Amino acid sequence: MTVAPIRPAVRETIASSRAVAPASRVRRAVLRSPVYLALAVAAVVSVLPFAWMVIASTHTTADLFATPLPVLPGGELWANLARLEESVQFGRVMLNSALIAVIYTVFSSIVSVMCGYGLATYRFRGRGVLLGIVLVTMMIPMQVLLVPLFQMMASAGWIDTYQAVILPFLANAFGIFLMRQAFLDFPVSLVEAARIDGADELRTFYRIVLPVARPQVAALIIYTFISQWNAFIWPLLMLNTESNYTVPVALNTMIGLSRVDYSGLMLGSLLATLPLMLLFLVFQRQFVTGLLGGAVKG
Amino acid sequence: MASTSLVLRERGGAETTRRRALGRRLQRPGAWFSLPAAVLLVVFFAYPLATSLWQSLHATAGGVTTWVGLEQYARLFEDPLVGKSLANAGMILVVQVPLMIGLAVGLAYLLNQAWLRFRGGFRLLVFLPAVTTLVAYAVVFRVMLATDGGAINQLIGLVGIAPVDWLNNEWWARVALIAAITWRWTGYNMVIILAGLQSIPAELYEAARIDGAGRWQTFTRVVLPQLRPVLIFTTVTSTIGALQLFDENWILTEGGPNDATLTPVLYLYKVGFRQFDFGYASAIAWLLVGITAVIAFVQFRLMREKP
Repeated sequence: MTVAPIRPAVRETIASSRAVAPASRVRRAVLRSPVYLALAVAAVVSVLPFAWMVIASTHTTADLFATPLPVLPGGELWANLARLEESVQFGRVMLNSALIAVIYTVFSSIVSVMCGYGLATYRFRGRGVLLGIVLVTMMIPMQVLLVPLFQMMASAGWIDTYQAVILPFLANAFGIFLMRQAFLDFPVSLVEAARIDGADELRTFYRIVLPVARPQVAALIIYTFISQWNAFIWPLLMLNTESNYTVPVALNTMIGLSRVDYSGLMLGSLLATLPLMLLFLVFQRQFVTGLLGGAVKG
Repeated sequence: MASTSLVLRERGGAETTRRRALGRRLQRPGAWFSLPAAVLLVVFFAYPLATSLWQSLHATAGGVTTWVGLEQYARLFEDPLVGKSLANAGMILVVQVPLMIGLAVGLAYLLNQAWLRFRGGFRLLVFLPAVTTLVAYAVVFRVMLATDGGAINQLIGLVGIAPVDWLNNEWWARVALIAAITWRWTGYNMVIILAGLQSIPAELYEAARIDGAGRWQTFTRVVLPQLRPVLIFTTVTSTIGALQLFDENWILTEGGPNDATLTPVLYLYKVGFRQFDFGYASAIAWLLVGITAVIAFVQFRLMREKP
């Protein structure tokens, strides 16, 4: 593609801001205000539940249903936290979630990166079959596997263990596919050159190929972490003692209690969301790339 | 301009030949790189998949498993709850997906205007719901939608609307579910569509302007056709998402009231892990596989056709 020309809209803005009479500037502002209004409404609707989550987690349950509703943070945060800890061992639960998500992310990413590289760079027997399995895995709903995987884990005696949560979905087809696409773009002549220079395969991969694919690998890591942090149905099936729960499973339990602690639930939801928010703020670009995952390729 | 979506595309020509040449020399190490994934996929995907197919052809009663052929599949057609869960998923497809994609396109289009101020800020705020933990946002909606004194009912009360029994009325529960999913996923789709908008070459806008196209004409004749691959992608992923819906309706309503928000996966979960009828649960699972396969097929066809 040649040098990108200025977009028409930009050009229009440049031209009009210089030489337009005040009257038409007013007209333009009037024409544009509905756009701002629409976006402002969308922004408020998007943010309101967050705001309510934050405010609600600092009040008592009674306050959440009082008229009028509290609009400013209250002083119940520590009391809510203490109750949350007492009722579902929330600290432990957060730790479980973090541990499981980190372990899963490390191993799953390594598996995906290696397999993606293998599929993109080498021809070997069974490669076509493997690629086929990866594609089929992406299309088959994981729910098909729930029953047989449950039975496998049960007969291995692994129910209520972390490996039962982590292991079955370690080979992430989407991640493998994403990495394969990333490594397909890598010039194979560089691999050849490294080989001629006497580097072995692992070294070539680690020193030459991997650094170039760093942005995609970062996106993969973030995507993988989010998917495990959010995982619900599988941990729900696997984990059955409270001290082993992950955050989503613990929140689910709180809803089932005979007297629901709503302000505790709101605080729990806030704490469940915070790690993803922080991740997002730090890695915005990679976060979006990871979520897009090959949707658009310009 | 290349838009690939999930469609596989091998690159052709010299590069492929070179790769093949390299590949011949490096067969074995390549296999080693892929080995861990291959083993995991066989053990935790291919094997259970085959098991599930086997199970769907059997029934277990009193600890004895017997071959019943396609009987479990025949049950699917007579089971009103299968029909209901599919109808609920269909309703989400027909109402929620178009609503959300429409909103996402509109917002992306507005955010793509060069004159717009605070673009980054707006984009960030609208995208924010996509950053919430799935179960956590469902919990928040459940609390906000409480009938007596819930935040939503109090808000609509301010403009004089009587409280709505959101989660205990069949139709309002569906409305609530649709609203929750739309809230969570619109910004996510908007970002994808925005990326698609930004890959439309400026010359096309230019050409449309020279040809005398107005704003609306440019939008319908230039922007929408160019967005086609991205729109197909977002629609297909949203469709599959709707078919596999579980977290949200489980937390909000557990599929109720009166199965109004029951979805196929939630039904599968209940059949498999509440009634422990593994054979029938597997048949439901394979029904989902069939529907997903049809959708994937349609996607491939749509992607191949040029507008």
